[in-house]
Amino acid sequence: MTAMTADRSPMAGMKVYNLKLGMWVFLLSEVMFFTGLIGSYIILRFAHPESFGAPGDVLNVPLTAFNTFVLICSSVTMVKAFAAIEQGDQRGLQKWLLATILLGAFFVGVQAVEYTLLSREGFVPMAESYHAIARGAAEGSAVIGGPLYGATFYTMTGFHGAHVSIGVLCLCFTLWRARKGAYTAGSLGGVEIMGLYWHFVDLVWILLFTIVYLI
Amino acid sequence: MVTGEEHKAPPYMTVFVVLAVLTVLEVLFAFTSLPKFWLAVGLILMAIWKALMVALYYMHLRFEPKRLWILAASPIPLATILVVVVIKEIF
Repeated sequence: MTAMTADRSPMAGMKVYNLKLGMWVFLLSEVMFFTGLIGSYIILRFAHPESFGAPGDVLNVPLTAFNTFVLICSSVTMVKAFAAIEQGDQRGLQKWLLATILLGAFFVGVQAVEYTLLSREGFVPMAESYHAIARGAAEGSAVIGGPLYGATFYTMTGFHGAHVSIGVLCLCFTLWRARKGAYTAGSLGGVEIMGLYWHFVDLVWILLFTIVYLI
Repeated sequence: MVTGEEHKAPPYMTVFVVLAVLTVLEVLFAFTSLPKFWLAVGLILMAIWKALMVALYYMHLRFEPKRLWILAASPIPLATILVVVVIKEIF
């Protein structure tokens, strides 16, 4: 798609420019970080099934499915930003970066709403038990689970939300640099590694959504 | 891309449609009355499919040198060992 460029010259060995290699190595460390979190959840759920309610009874699956769609949309806008600057389209880069920021911020906002709704039902990190009021159970009935569910749920989704929030801040910085003309078709490494981080966050959510909300 | 070689533009919008359709299918599939084991297998396969689409096309792994593929795959065996070994402690 693009010719070899000044800031993306292939290096000996890995044949990848340093900035990108560094981001990939960082993302691999993130894989192990999230494996620890997701692995803990799976193991605890196997070991203490009585502490975990069915996700469909406790969590708001339709709301989160919509939020998943929002994050997928933000991945598209991110690749559109990259494709735009590959063609030297500065306005396109800024427009798509802004769209990505808005979608990312919206994702975090919906997550905050979800946390608020869940905590009102008593589903807080260390709750001894809680009621699935919003999912049709009458108040005072349908006591489900124990503290492990809340602790693992909020740890996993909270750390992911923190990653999205940091990504939004980094995207704002990237947009600020883009507005100053820092990126061109020949110098777009910063946009590419920002995209790698953002898509990784999307990828992690794809797995989290399935494991935490659907299974 | 990294090697400076020309390649066709990745099918970004096609990947987006596939991801969106798979997400809808996942949610519908999750509420079917299949046995829990097969439900989990189907959902995990769909999630892996989606994750691969993101990695291959949006993260451009498909167009990267083989060495980066090896690097990117390196935590998978470690992650598998981590989870499987601890699960074995339970059973």
